[in-house]
Amino acid sequence: MSEMISIQNVSKWYGEFQVLTDCTTSVAKGEVVVVCGPSGSGKSTLIKCVNALEPFQKGEIIVNGTSVGNPKTNLPKLRSQVGMVFQHFELFPHLTITENLAIAQIKVLGRGRDEAEAKGLALLERVGLKAHAHKHPGQLSGGQQQRVAIARALAMDPICMLFDEPTSALDPEMINEVLDVMTELAQEGMTMMCVTHEMGFARRVADRVIFMDRGHIVEDCHKDAFFGSPRSERAQQFLSKILQH
Amino acid sequence: MNYNWDWNIFFKSTGIGDEIYLDWFISGLGWTIALALAAWAIALVIGGLLGVMRTLPNKWLSGLATAYVELFRNVPLLVQLFIWYFVVPDYLPEQTQVWFKQELNPMVSAYISVTLCLGLFTAARVCEQVRTGIQALPKGQANAAMAVGFTLPQVYRHVLLPQAFRVVIPPLTSEFLNVFKNSSVASLIGLMELLAQAKQTAEFSANIFEAFTLATLIYFTLNMSIMKFMGWVEKRVRIPGLMVEGGK
Repeated sequence: MSEMISIQNVSKWYGEFQVLTDCTTSVAKGEVVVVCGPSGSGKSTLIKCVNALEPFQKGEIIVNGTSVGNPKTNLPKLRSQVGMVFQHFELFPHLTITENLAIAQIKVLGRGRDEAEAKGLALLERVGLKAHAHKHPGQLSGGQQQRVAIARALAMDPICMLFDEPTSALDPEMINEVLDVMTELAQEGMTMMCVTHEMGFARRVADRVIFMDRGHIVEDCHKDAFFGSPRSERAQQFLSKILQH
Repeated sequence: MNYNWDWNIFFKSTGIGDEIYLDWFISGLGWTIALALAAWAIALVIGGLLGVMRTLPNKWLSGLATAYVELFRNVPLLVQLFIWYFVVPDYLPEQTQVWFKQELNPMVSAYISVTLCLGLFTAARVCEQVRTGIQALPKGQANAAMAVGFTLPQVYRHVLLPQAFRVVIPPLTSEFLNVFKNSSVASLIGLMELLAQAKQTAEFSANIFEAFTLATLIYFTLNMSIMKFMGWVEKRVRIPGLMVEGGK
């Protein structure tokens, strides 16, 4: 398998404080990788470095052959190829759902309005929200908004998808509707890097699990190895706490 | 108090041509509106630009905008007006100076000075409203906009500004009202706007109270109408499902 995302020796500091220390990993094409770990371990920061929403000071990240840290890289173009889903959805509240799905297709990819809206509607149908196309994001539930956010990212025909705690801000009963969409995506072969605490999802869907603690990648292995016999004590502790209930 | 109230004064002849005092007020109101609208246009354009500049990652651009705000916000409006009217023209090129000071109708040259002064003064205040409006938006909005591939100008144009604009309508309404009220400083350099006409009426007719009562009523009505209008705008652009219905 060829590599989609390659992270090599990445370190990042906020002033004096080091948030990422020498992180190295990769995501192959078609692979689903779950990144987990306690809060403050740097997992969200790492995933934001992948599409340069966060700068990093050392190391290199290569997405589909393009170096993210290179000042000459056309970042908007790179980002338009990488779908991202956020913890707080971040739909554009002043636009209708249809407009949310179409605007970047029109303004970034140069598609015509009709084409963009048709594509948006098709994706909306896929996530089961076609009836809400005319509404504004504030009129939808959290789970619905997050499904729209996934559709918005897919509308750009991304080469891979980044998920930054997509279910952390949701009511428990809405988590599954979002995870279902993500599972379907994974089964279709989408390359995915997901920061999440949903261990059930990781077990069912992920190929690999990366465990982070205090800015270090502590474990990076096949999911069966991670859930079966984590090598580090820190991951064992984490799993025993998170899987207790 | 021995005062002869005479509310008919406004319909009496001023003794100049066949003008009545009401004509003076109407002409003054015309100048006030022309002045305030032009100054407001300047303030919105320049203030909007400066407000955006203050939120940019570029230190030079944001520093420049900050310096502007500090300068224009910390010097009294009247001092600024005297500088624009009495000092700045002396530094114009010779020919422009002659044109501005001698050839131009004195009312028009005063108008130009006040409009510039008030517009640039208010721009500093608009800048601060726009800046806080942008900064009040969740940081994730800019991230999400960048994540779909927008360039920085597109992030502002399509995501940040349309939202910030709605947030700042109420404070901008106050600034718009201030422009009308502040436009009365023009009377001090001889522009015959509403306040100047009221003063002149008071001097000519000796009906001081009536003259200033009418001026007060006109300012009040003008500002009430603007408030109503801006309230209507605010309601029209309200985002469904997001902004809570405010008081009426």
